[in-house]
Amino acid sequence: MLDLDLTFFSADLFEKFILQGLIFSVQLTLVAMVGGIVFGTVLAMMRLSGKPWLAIPATAYVNGMRSIPLVMVILWFFLLIPFMIGRPIGAELSAFITFTAFEAAYFSEIMRAGIQSVSRGQVHAGQAMGLTYAQNMRFIILPQAFRNMLPVLLTQTIILFQDTSLVYAIGAYDLLKGFEISGKNFNRPIEAYLLAAVSYFVICYSLSYMVKRLQSRIAIIR
Amino acid sequence: MNYRWEWEVFLRDTGGGQTYLEWMMSAWGWTLSVAVCAWVVALLVGVVVGTLRTLPSRGWVLAGNAWVELFRNIPLLVQIFLWYHVVPAMVPALKSAPSFLLVVFALGFFTSARVAEQVRAGIQSLPSGQRMAGLAMGLTLAQTYRYVMLPMAFRIVIPPLTSEAMNVIKNSSVAFAVSISELTLFALQAQEETSRGIEVYLAVTTLYMVSAFGVNRLMAWIERRVRVPGFAGAAR
Repeated sequence: MLDLDLTFFSADLFEKFILQGLIFSVQLTLVAMVGGIVFGTVLAMMRLSGKPWLAIPATAYVNGMRSIPLVMVILWFFLLIPFMIGRPIGAELSAFITFTAFEAAYFSEIMRAGIQSVSRGQVHAGQAMGLTYAQNMRFIILPQAFRNMLPVLLTQTIILFQDTSLVYAIGAYDLLKGFEISGKNFNRPIEAYLLAAVSYFVICYSLSYMVKRLQSRIAIIR
Repeated sequence: MNYRWEWEVFLRDTGGGQTYLEWMMSAWGWTLSVAVCAWVVALLVGVVVGTLRTLPSRGWVLAGNAWVELFRNIPLLVQIFLWYHVVPAMVPALKSAPSFLLVVFALGFFTSARVAEQVRAGIQSLPSGQRMAGLAMGLTLAQTYRYVMLPMAFRIVIPPLTSEAMNVIKNSSVAFAVSISELTLFALQAQEETSRGIEVYLAVTTLYMVSAFGVNRLMAWIERRVRVPGFAGAAR
């Protein structure tokens, strides 16, 4: 069987190698979640606007992003951004831009379903009240769409947190990288990868448990 | 923007007696092999685990749930590293296993959790009268599953499984991390060697899209072939 030695894992090591990566992974998740939801909502509204010159580019963007592996998208941005602005940018900054752009496509599908889940009567009532399109969206449709889709948005965020480990492709320093480097430094790769798996599992499992609780609470209110 | 395309890069020799085009085609073959083998593993395991989760016995349900939670809450890349570094140290028989096999199991088990979730939902979406009718006819529980419930459930889950099958193609790209010579690793290495990143990435991205589209059409064909007239999905 396996001869595990976890004594190398100390508070000192955590502070030195893991913490930095953990903070980056969490930051990347939060930035991509907020940015992705904002841009995703815009994309969803473009697709549902009924105007071809808005709907077609948005549809092409969403379907394009969703049919390419995330690793390739990460590599594309890492190649293209320096090419367009004429100077190299760090892997970390590139990751922030990539994940926001990538997640916008996925969040837009969720928000589109959310907007469509608001009953037609609500939309018509808003129009009958004399609200403009923007006011109707802002005060009637989006708040309900957002609330209906909250569990799905959070579940997607948990997937997003797992996906941040793919910044491995461009060498950014994230949670997984922190474990990998400490494993190399102390010559304990097996233990380091196991600890990485346990950390991700504990974080993601507790988050998805909380989402499940939230879902049942929302369901009771309605 | 003024970009000078240089598609001839694909005819250049890699230094190993083949052109970059030939290398890319063999990389495409690896991508498809990883994806197809992992999909077979995912279907076999996922159907079993998904079925377990609908059984009346609490123990099986818990075991099935544990399986799904375990493989769903760890990032695929970490799972691949576990299979590559940890599993061979634990199981001596896998010590000299090729990394292709390890990646197939990693991607297969990861996907099996998602397949199991769809299969469970498919079985539970059947009207409960079907199970009762089967049992009332004197069939055993196993026979009810085999002849009544599973044949319908499988047809119901084909559409969600289509998107999972496309995900397997996309997720196979993570295999680059353990040096499987598939499309993403080809993209990384060819970009580095030739400095023609845009051409290389465009070609690789196109191949991924073609593969995903092919899977989509194949699953749609299967869906049409197995349709039962008068039941779910037959109306279209």
